[in-house]
Amino acid sequence: MIRRAGDWIGRHPVLAFFIVFAIFPFVVPYKALATQVLIYGLLALGFNLLYGYTGLLSFGHAAYWGLGAYGTGIALAKLKVSSLWLALGAGVGLALLGGAFVGFFALRRRGIYFSMLTLAFAQLFYFVAFHLADWTGGDDGLRGITVLPVRLPGYTLSLDSPLAFYYFALVLVGLAVFGLQRILNSPFGAVLQAIRENTDRAVACGYDVTKVKLLSFVFSAMFAGLAGALDALRLTVVPVESLYWTTSGQVVIMTLLGGAGTFFGPFVGAATWLLLEDRMAIVTESWPLIIGAIFMIFVLFLPRGIWGTVLGGFHGRQSA
Amino acid sequence: MFDISASALAAQVFTGLVLGGIFVLLAIGLSLIFGLMTVVNFAHGSLYMLGAYFGVFLLGLTKNFWVSLVAAPLMVFVLGLVIERVLVRPLYGRSIDDPLLLTFGLSLVVVEAVRIVWGKIGLTIDPPRALSGALDLGFMTFPLYRFFVIAVTVLVLVGLWLFLERTNVGLIIRAGSRDPLMVRALGLDLGRVWLLVFGIGAGLAGLAGILAGPMRPVYPEMGITMVIESFVVVVVGGMGSLLGAVVAGIIIGEVVSLTTFFAPKLSEIMVFVVMALVLLVRPSGLFGEAGLLE
Repeated sequence: MIRRAGDWIGRHPVLAFFIVFAIFPFVVPYKALATQVLIYGLLALGFNLLYGYTGLLSFGHAAYWGLGAYGTGIALAKLKVSSLWLALGAGVGLALLGGAFVGFFALRRRGIYFSMLTLAFAQLFYFVAFHLADWTGGDDGLRGITVLPVRLPGYTLSLDSPLAFYYFALVLVGLAVFGLQRILNSPFGAVLQAIRENTDRAVACGYDVTKVKLLSFVFSAMFAGLAGALDALRLTVVPVESLYWTTSGQVVIMTLLGGAGTFFGPFVGAATWLLLEDRMAIVTESWPLIIGAIFMIFVLFLPRGIWGTVLGGFHGRQSA
Repeated sequence: MFDISASALAAQVFTGLVLGGIFVLLAIGLSLIFGLMTVVNFAHGSLYMLGAYFGVFLLGLTKNFWVSLVAAPLMVFVLGLVIERVLVRPLYGRSIDDPLLLTFGLSLVVVEAVRIVWGKIGLTIDPPRALSGALDLGFMTFPLYRFFVIAVTVLVLVGLWLFLERTNVGLIIRAGSRDPLMVRALGLDLGRVWLLVFGIGAGLAGLAGILAGPMRPVYPEMGITMVIESFVVVVVGGMGSLLGAVVAGIIIGEVVSLTTFFAPKLSEIMVFVVMALVLLVRPSGLFGEAGLLE
């Protein structure tokens, strides 16, 4: 039963995504949580493109999430742009530039070095944002973000109600999911997975591996940037902690919890983290202890994550 | 801004050297563990933090700094043995990322556990009476305790060097980081060497923690930025190179200390600028061999 549902989802991932998330706000305790799952799921989706599909473990995705949030936030709060689309574009564009910059440096090294370099560069962005208080608000965070209405030709939609914002985010995240599916099913996507499985062989096949990795890095940063941009609209504030290493750690845990290298793992992981955190907050304030222990158990015993285990059992490659 | 006295500058250079010593102790542990078993211990910063907290605990118990200075790193050493045996060992042979991920989870658990046991507020360690006060060198005065930190660092480095170069175990460690397969083929049990090296790396982190205690506040998150900066030291120096870790540790210590003096806002950023420059010019680090253990 689960197997067959999994097969169907594997064949129609974008459709399945829209069906599940169309009803999602009505099955979680409150609607704000649904929006959070959607946005953090998108961040994890971007991370998963790099880690799950290209085999590059980034420990610095806070950078692109934060750049996306600040790009959009500064456009709305400081530059007072008149279009929401322009503000979102500023966030994604800033994340793109940041991804290209860090990718250029970090991809000079492989393996563990790469991971720690991405982490170090993300900390660099954090300290820069911390000290550029005129633009970022520094320690107090960036305030005064006004969420402009969505303007489409002949139609204007206010995002003031939580449900309107949720469905607005759903459309954008859905487009990103569609984009990711196109990337993964393209020849370029096949090269990514070839690099993950055996980098040396991909080189021997004549692929410009560094260029492909850099492109994957930049795509991944753009997904994370869009997620950050949406989060700036959700909170109407950008806390400087969005660039801190804890955000990077959070997306790593979410993705592995859900299942790295699976299409929906990131969303499963984001939902698991956020729902658990929401429930646990009532009982204890030592949430990091609990999630840290759960994460260690997953790394040791369930490396395929929740979704990977549901789909493939304990053997065989996952597809959806 | 540049109107400064030579003695203030000299004191700042010396502060950089002390900070560099702490970096060196941390980076050597990271580098040793990585060089031998290709494990990046993300929890290294947590072990550093635990060294300081164990110091606080033992000081409260014994009222004796010298006993604490020896016992706290030993406690972290034993903890390192347990971590390797129970948590890291099952991951050998799996993806190179898995130990990093596991120790990342571990660092969250340890930091939170310390918050529960000792609270979230920062604590302090008083330097022993024999080392309080300052030493007047004529051109500058400097806290006596900081000279002591440098002396301990040098002593530990010399001891470690002798251990690695002059003992049979050291020989096996060096051989194991060059060619583990061949060492195994010669019938040596590398598992025990890994255990020992992980413990030594942890113990060095613990020593760095209690040494830093009287100079910097002791708080649960103190290890996090330190582990990132120590990793920068390892990248700059070249992974697996002990000389690299020493030279780069001192460079980074000086960079932090001097930018704190001339341009405080840039002090955290300069570390990463140095790292980026080194990566551009020499991707394998100042003393690293290209392609080693990637």
